[in-house]
Amino acid sequence: MNKLIISPSPHVHGGDSIERNMYGVLVALLPALLCSILFFGWGALYVTIAAVASAMLFEYAIQRYLLKQPATIDDGSAVITGVLLAFNLPSTIPLWLVMLGALVAIGIGKMSFGGLGNNIFNPALVGRVFLLISFPVQMTTWPVPRGFETTDAVTGPTPLVFVKQALREHKPFVEVFSPAGGGRDLLDLGTGSGIGGSLGEIAAFALLLGFAYLLIKRVITWHIPVSIFLAIALFSGILHWIDPAYAGPLFHLLSGGVMLGAIFMATDYVTSPMSPRGMWIYGTGIGALTIIIRNFGAYPEGVSFAILIMNAFTPLINKYCKPKRFA
Amino acid sequence: MLKTFTPGGIHPPADKLSSREATVPLPLPERVAIPLSQHIGVPATPLVKKGDRVKAGQLIGEAVGPISANVHSSVSGTVLDIEAVVDASGYARPAVVIRVEGDEWDASVSRQESPGRHLSAFSREEILAAIQAAGIVGMGGATFPTRVKLSPPPGSEPGLLIINGVECEPFLTADHRLMIEKSRELLIGTRFLMKALGVEQAVIGIENNKPDALAGMREAVMKHALGIEVCPLKVKYPQGGEKQLIRAITGRRVPPGALPISVGVVVHNVGTVYAAYEAITMHKPLVERVVTVTGKSLSRPGNYLCRVGTPVACLIEAAGGLPGDTGKVIAGGPMMGKALTSTAVVVTKGTSGVLVIPESEARRQPARDCIRCTKCVKACPMGLEPYLLMTLGEYRQTEALERARVMDCIECGSCNFTCPAHRPLLDIIRLGKSRVGQLMKTRKPS
Ligand code: SF4
Ligand code: SF4
Repeated sequence: MNKLIISPSPHVHGGDSIERNMYGVLVALLPALLCSILFFGWGALYVTIAAVASAMLFEYAIQRYLLKQPATIDDGSAVITGVLLAFNLPSTIPLWLVMLGALVAIGIGKMSFGGLGNNIFNPALVGRVFLLISFPVQMTTWPVPRGFETTDAVTGPTPLVFVKQALREHKPFVEVFSPAGGGRDLLDLGTGSGIGGSLGEIAAFALLLGFAYLLIKRVITWHIPVSIFLAIALFSGILHWIDPAYAGPLFHLLSGGVMLGAIFMATDYVTSPMSPRGMWIYGTGIGALTIIIRNFGAYPEGVSFAILIMNAFTPLINKYCKPKRFA
Repeated sequence: MLKTFTPGGIHPPADKLSSREATVPLPLPERVAIPLSQHIGVPATPLVKKGDRVKAGQLIGEAVGPISANVHSSVSGTVLDIEAVVDASGYARPAVVIRVEGDEWDASVSRQESPGRHLSAFSREEILAAIQAAGIVGMGGATFPTRVKLSPPPGSEPGLLIINGVECEPFLTADHRLMIEKSRELLIGTRFLMKALGVEQAVIGIENNKPDALAGMREAVMKHALGIEVCPLKVKYPQGGEKQLIRAITGRRVPPGALPISVGVVVHNVGTVYAAYEAITMHKPLVERVVTVTGKSLSRPGNYLCRVGTPVACLIEAAGGLPGDTGKVIAGGPMMGKALTSTAVVVTKGTSGVLVIPESEARRQPARDCIRCTKCVKACPMGLEPYLLMTLGEYRQTEALERARVMDCIECGSCNFTCPAHRPLLDIIRLGKSRVGQLMKTRKPS
């Protein structure tokens, strides 16, 4: 008789895999990618391809030649880092900067900690913040979306610039951010038409579609995105109620990187808390910090910093927030 | 809304291939090996020696001390030897090996139900004595002596008896068939146990993926109207876990380290109830049980009434023979069963099934680094953090493990089942549990 295999229970597995989840995230990012190509033209595609290719290349090279480990680039996580990094960049950014960002994201943000599962900070955000601090001009030159017709890129302010402008001039935000004042309709924020910004900061609706997909496929739970949305709505609502010069909840939710950050970056498995209670604290923290930075900070956008700061708190949150025990 | 438990739980594919196969008696094997330790507690002392002639139902091993169980011969024949035989745990333990000759039963065992006595005439003491004599143990797999479970510690007040008809393990259908084929007997057995415990109320928990068993038991309850209730449950693994079942049916939570009686509940498996019925009404000891023989590559998965001590190979033979591509043979279900070292391992009182897994599905996939996806946390029915228990176990942080409540783990395997990184969570948690157990022992005297 052939030898029987002996192993401890359980003897079956549900069939879930790292790949299934990672590729699930990529599928969820597709609608937003399509939108950004539609709005920003081929530039968006080039930036994305450059980011993904260099993220995969650097991960492979570091694993093969530096760490001498088997390469795991096929698990999809480097692809996600690449796409998310690209989504945080303007479509007109020089490609060598994209590659540099990917090197920092993968090399410092991920592999220096020991690779997937061991990093503390979201790798894509590490790359983005590095670029933002080192190359502020290139990183804040936002093209206005003109689809494929663009001959010379026209740059313009992102809607978030109006937040500080309204505060400076101390005028009600709705007045400053109106088509007459150089702003847009709130609805445009949702569809992304005519809004300046990074690849993934436009088209909130496409990102929400991805959110629905992630929930249906059980890749993530709703806790983190929803708590971020609620916190942003709450804190911006309070400020707006105190003084209308502060932008209201809807504007803050639909503009900038909130959707992208809340749905795709704050929910990164490795760098977010493990229990529902912890997720609420983490999400609320991100929402609050975002509103603080946007209204009182030096930068117009605060989602990336807010997520990175809360990433740093995640081990602490995990230590003190335990799941509900059986009894 | 159907009842179920929280937190956690998973939905493995049911794969109940044999749920429509009526139970058939398995032909007697040529020889049996009856382990003296088929229960939790002290092994029984052998009462026979090499060369003795025994009859089916004859006492061959006597219980030692309060936590132990009698062992009876399941066949008639000649004792060949008492020798160490490898059992499902992988260890060799003393067993009485008997060559089967004919099928003669001990005179004390009657072939019909309680000749000349009304069923309500049995006293509490008689019931307990019959269960004790028959060597009945928990037949859902726990194999804890039933007599002990029916004698709650002084000061505790049992108020409810729960009959576990959940059978949440994939593939297994032995309890399912019992509920369809023996619904009346199960109700009588339940009444006996209620009387033994002094409770007025009993609930039979059945998951709603067994509509025929639910309907059968409900009909029987209506006919006999005996203060017994049938409770349909929403399918979720591990609902058959004692604590989960109590939570699902009553909403009560058994505290860590405590027994169900601390919330006034006692749980018995349907197989145990049937064995109690036979013991009380026919004086029949626990020498045979229904075993599901199943697996996707078997040609005839089915349910067999099988004598204790029968080699698993005989069951597999009856189910069409061991397929050539077999990789693993499991005693029990795929979630909590034990992989056997060979098909010579015998059926014991706690063997609910034999599952054959083809080679292609028998191996685990290589483990990767934990990606902290929280899926194991969501799956854990005890509200633990399996990923953390695993990490603490790997770093041998025994005290931290104890604080993280590793001892609450019921070893259901839900965490392993869900982990996308294929981490061997439960393997490491088991090691951690045994280390914490040792640590607790060293502390006890102080
Ligand atoms: S399910 Fe596996 S990968 Fe996910 S957190 Fe648990 S151990 Fe880590
Ligand atoms: S085996 Fe233990 S830790 Fe894993 S899910 Fe079950 S109870 Fe939780």
